[in-house]
Amino acid sequence: MTRIEFWQGNTACAEGALAAGCNFFGGYPITPSTEVAEHMAAKMPKKGGVFIQMEDEIAGIASIIGAAWTGARSMTATSGPGFSLMMENIGFAVMTETPCVVVNVQRGGPSTGQPTMGAQGDMMQVRFGSHGDIAIIALCPANVQEMYELTAKAFNLADQYRVPVFLMADEIVGHMREKIIIPDSMPRTPRKELVKGTLPFKADADLIPGFPQFGKGYGVHVTGLTHDERGYPAATNPHLHEALVRRLVDKIESARHAIADFDIINPDAEQVFIAYGAPVRTVQQVMHDRPDKNIGFLRIRTVWPFPEYALAEFKHVKRFLMPELNLGQMAREVERHVRVPVVSIQKLGGELHTPAELVAALEAQR
Amino acid sequence: MRNEVRFSGFGGQGIILSAVILGRAAVMYDNKFAVQTQVYGPEARGGASMSQVIIDDEQILFPKVAMPGIFVIMSQEGFEKYGANAPKDAVMLVDSTLVHSRPSCKYLEIPGTREAKQTLGKDIVANIVMLGALVASTHVVSEAALEKAILDSVPKGTEALNIKAMKLGIDLGKGSKQHEVT
Repeated sequence: MTRIEFWQGNTACAEGALAAGCNFFGGYPITPSTEVAEHMAAKMPKKGGVFIQMEDEIAGIASIIGAAWTGARSMTATSGPGFSLMMENIGFAVMTETPCVVVNVQRGGPSTGQPTMGAQGDMMQVRFGSHGDIAIIALCPANVQEMYELTAKAFNLADQYRVPVFLMADEIVGHMREKIIIPDSMPRTPRKELVKGTLPFKADADLIPGFPQFGKGYGVHVTGLTHDERGYPAATNPHLHEALVRRLVDKIESARHAIADFDIINPDAEQVFIAYGAPVRTVQQVMHDRPDKNIGFLRIRTVWPFPEYALAEFKHVKRFLMPELNLGQMAREVERHVRVPVVSIQKLGGELHTPAELVAALEAQR
Repeated sequence: MRNEVRFSGFGGQGIILSAVILGRAAVMYDNKFAVQTQVYGPEARGGASMSQVIIDDEQILFPKVAMPGIFVIMSQEGFEKYGANAPKDAVMLVDSTLVHSRPSCKYLEIPGTREAKQTLGKDIVANIVMLGALVASTHVVSEAALEKAILDSVPKGTEALNIKAMKLGIDLGKGSKQHEVT
């Protein structure tokens, strides 16, 4: 039997993780993500898992990487300043193909900025913040229900693709309380095990190697250095380095259609909103208040890899309108893929666009 | 039908909890939708605290309150910061023990803090008295739903006290004369 709750977004995130079998949380509390850690601290030990408050966010992500190698479904949660500290180890998780989940309840930046206000200022940082060429998966929830469901989904994607997966929430969704319907259970994608006798970093046809879990008899060298299929450092071999980095990126990019999660409303429209995260709610209100087949909506849950092929579904579009709680970060990504104008509706300060603001943008320059 | 309710008072009165209880009553026991948000910031500590709830029969899309139609104001500073600009067609419940100003909209004077202290011996339940008065006068949720949501939310051992506070508030809400716009 499903059940109804009236939960805060951050509570739903923690509960979604627990429903997905998360059994290790390591992190350092920071507003506006703190309730995730708080809830995990209260609940995790009762479920036989481990909660550990680390000395900082660098140690937080290091701990979840280590835990993942012991077979744990591991997670940390943070916000802007802590997310910046995590950048180096995010690259380490990518390079070592470590499945883990990082929640970023975004707040206003730069620096310590606006701890208690919402923002979407880390959308490029999550994609490009760690050095070198990387590919990751990032999901954006727009309501408390999705804080639960997308967190659970993040664990499956992490295990399937052996990559850190990010829940890019924001303070608005993280702190609001609303109705949520709790499913009986969440589907679980198992981590592909290494076939005995196979080299630990030798990928299968899907570009993903089987996972040699610590404690299961494998002697595996796990390093951030460029490594061969045995896992041994081979950092001066140009061809090996290129092949490795290309595989790490291609295993995500080539699966972009399988990973993509979006909704298309009114595909024949000439004016099309694109939104992810909290601004989805404002677009939904505008669409509800002005039923008009000429206003379309691409609502994106998987922001990275960006599902660019969804843009082509709008065959009659004359322009895209993109409200974001930043200075147009994802609008730049959209511009890269389309030939029509992209109107970036930018908002900083911590509050959502009002429906009237979006209507004004819709009516301007028509 | 969409109702937007704003609570304001000072830190420690249970302003946020009041909003959470109201939203919970709507969602869990009246089969409605609700979204609860709050002003949440270091500068809000100890000073004026504010929390809002949207209650709707249908799914709530835009989750923020622009201008509420119902106010529950429990401190003078809360009135000045979050109640003074209430629109003319709003209705406001003021805790007349602590709020000296009166709004330019319809209002009810509920001596929540005084009654909690004198009748129940605990001013800590003043917010529950105000919730009872709110529900009795506006019916944003049912009394049964409010009672269950209160029982879900208050510390163990204080259930009887809180239900007394709610019933006291319901009586005050029913007996209070609504002051019209002047």
